[in-house]
Amino acid sequence: MKHAAILLGAAVLALGGSIAAYPALGATEPVATVSDAAVMDGFPATLADYGFFSDAPKQQPAAGVTPYRLNTPLYSDGADKLRFVYLPQGQRPTADGEGLLRFPVGSALIKTFAFGEGAERRLIETRVLLHRAEGWEALPYLWNDEQTEAVLALVGGRTQVVTPEGEAISYRIPNKNQCKECHGLEGAVVPIGPKARNMAAGWLKAVVGSVPAGADTMPRWEARAQVPVEAAARAYLDVNCAHCHRRGATASNSGLDLRWEQRDPQAFGVFKRPVAAGRGSGGLEFGIVPGEPHASIMVHRMDSTETGVAMPELGKATVDSEGLGVVARWIEGMAK
Amino acid sequence: MIRLTIAALALASTAPVLAATHTIAPGEGAQERLQEALILAQPGDEIVLEAGRFAMLDGLSLDVDNVTIRGAGMHASVLDFTGQQGSGEGLLVTSDGVTLRDFGVENPKGDGIKSKGADDIVYHAVRVTWTGGPKATNGAYGLYPVESTNILIDSSEVSGASDAGIYVGQSSRITVRNSVATDNVAGIEIENSRDAIVERNFVSRNTGGILVFDLPDLPVMGGGNVLVRNNLVAANTTPNFAPPGNIVAGVRRGTGIMVMANENVWIGQNLLYNNPTAPIMVIAYPLAFDDPDYNPYPRAVTVEWNQVDEGGKDPQIDGAAQLLAAFGGALPPVMWDGLVGDPESIALTVHPDIAGWTLNLTEQGKGMEGARPAPLDVGVPGGQIAIEGWGAGAELEARLK
Repeated sequence: MKHAAILLGAAVLALGGSIAAYPALGATEPVATVSDAAVMDGFPATLADYGFFSDAPKQQPAAGVTPYRLNTPLYSDGADKLRFVYLPQGQRPTADGEGLLRFPVGSALIKTFAFGEGAERRLIETRVLLHRAEGWEALPYLWNDEQTEAVLALVGGRTQVVTPEGEAISYRIPNKNQCKECHGLEGAVVPIGPKARNMAAGWLKAVVGSVPAGADTMPRWEARAQVPVEAAARAYLDVNCAHCHRRGATASNSGLDLRWEQRDPQAFGVFKRPVAAGRGSGGLEFGIVPGEPHASIMVHRMDSTETGVAMPELGKATVDSEGLGVVARWIEGMAK
Repeated sequence: MIRLTIAALALASTAPVLAATHTIAPGEGAQERLQEALILAQPGDEIVLEAGRFAMLDGLSLDVDNVTIRGAGMHASVLDFTGQQGSGEGLLVTSDGVTLRDFGVENPKGDGIKSKGADDIVYHAVRVTWTGGPKATNGAYGLYPVESTNILIDSSEVSGASDAGIYVGQSSRITVRNSVATDNVAGIEIENSRDAIVERNFVSRNTGGILVFDLPDLPVMGGGNVLVRNNLVAANTTPNFAPPGNIVAGVRRGTGIMVMANENVWIGQNLLYNNPTAPIMVIAYPLAFDDPDYNPYPRAVTVEWNQVDEGGKDPQIDGAAQLLAAFGGALPPVMWDGLVGDPESIALTVHPDIAGWTLNLTEQGKGMEGARPAPLDVGVPGGQIAIEGWGAGAELEARLK
């Protein structure tokens, strides 16, 4: 299998039009190429097995691996997130309107979580989503202290990090099943992030080949103060919450639907009573009470770090004060 | 590649082939070792928990079909979540055909064991306990199957849940039997579910014993076809400790069996003692709602013969003193709110040997406004109920051997 992968890699090299796009690679240097075999099968033991990076510690992508960003990103305790997509030779994703891009089998989405700036930057984990013949597979890789290698951590783990706010936390690297808690939809694993509406038109033009209607409509998070607060809040909820809070996903039984396209106020929480919130309700009656953020369960749970109360349940050990502020201002401004 | 081949073989055969047993001992690294076994298990495998206490720092999850998790007994193999730092529940199951048996779960921060979209599941002799007794800071649900079909909960125990001990939601074909629910807000709750049998359980020291509810604004509504029989529902006198805002926070201390907004519910042959608000309560959903697909009224609720005491001797109801005086010291055992949706339909029938009373409300969603309490005057049950297709399938039973 490994041997075949090397041969395949060589074939790609020989034919590769995309290689030429990386002139920095000199003829005498070893050329990093992605192992399609690793993408397609098994649980590769290290991140290096995939060959996604020409220099993994520096997060320099290999040929065929393209960085991307999201207009409004998912909050992960303030981690810096480096996102990449690998596309098999000669293939492109296709757009499905404003929604999730459709990636061909053999693609991979790669996301590295890091804390610290400049020379102090420490890579914590790299999560890969592999589009295999039988569906998407999610695998977490944990970086070593020396920052030389990331190894498969099926059971995830915990590590101490200091957030950009200066808070020391126990950071949870999700296990393989927990990946599915957020990435699960109708029983299958799907990507969450790369929706056309949340990506730059220029990137879509270059990578997809066209800009679908409804693309690039969610605001850039850094410009949140310049856009209507409703747009910023709804984008934030879509990106941070709606992968679970929608039909067919992990929190479907709550009846709460926080997707961007949901237009029914009760469905996204306005005067909606809790169902299975337990003490998460904090003694409050409704998800959102217009004009009253502090009477709204949504704000209460976003503002908590207590297990069993805090939302999101996974991937959050600290309160996202900026996200909370946007959502609270949106609720504050709703007509009573 | 080899793993895939084995999985394919297992799928092709009715009996799992090459099923493996993975034994997990308590002690150092138990969290990682157990979670790894749950991730790497193949369909048909069994994960065995040795006797002892397993200190859990995070929630566990299982997403492989047809796996059994088996301990050495509900008090012998204990997953202790007292130090839990993450996840909304102790154990989450998201695959089909799973059997959970013979282990205990203590002090999960959120729910105890949740199985979501997990069909054909057996919970046998599992225990979820919040060891500090009833507290609002305890997790909401002990055993929590939801959005699933074919569920058997047998010989299990839950105590301390701040919502419902055994909660089955948005599901169908359910059996809850031979189980013990104590010191919860609700002992056993069947919510937005159909074709359920709740029998031979011991339900005591809760705020309310057995609740059969249907709620609006949920993906699955239209609860009904529920049989509640041969349960011992006694001394459900614990003050309500649910966090306000949740629907069960409105359950009155001293409620025995409560039906809210369901159709075709049969209550018979239960022993009901010392449920001092109402041994049996049948009501419409009490709050305002605007979900057009939701029916807030109880329909075709049958109270057959039950062994019941004199009724509500210490009701947690506004105007209790006057009501007790009017009814001679105890409110008759069956309490109805008097609300009827379709005037052509029969909301409630009651065995002639069991007395009742009605609030005689006239409008849904208006609380107790306009109550004109009076003795109950409804028809008597006519004939047997047909329960074919209710309850868990016989194939789940076979796994208990």
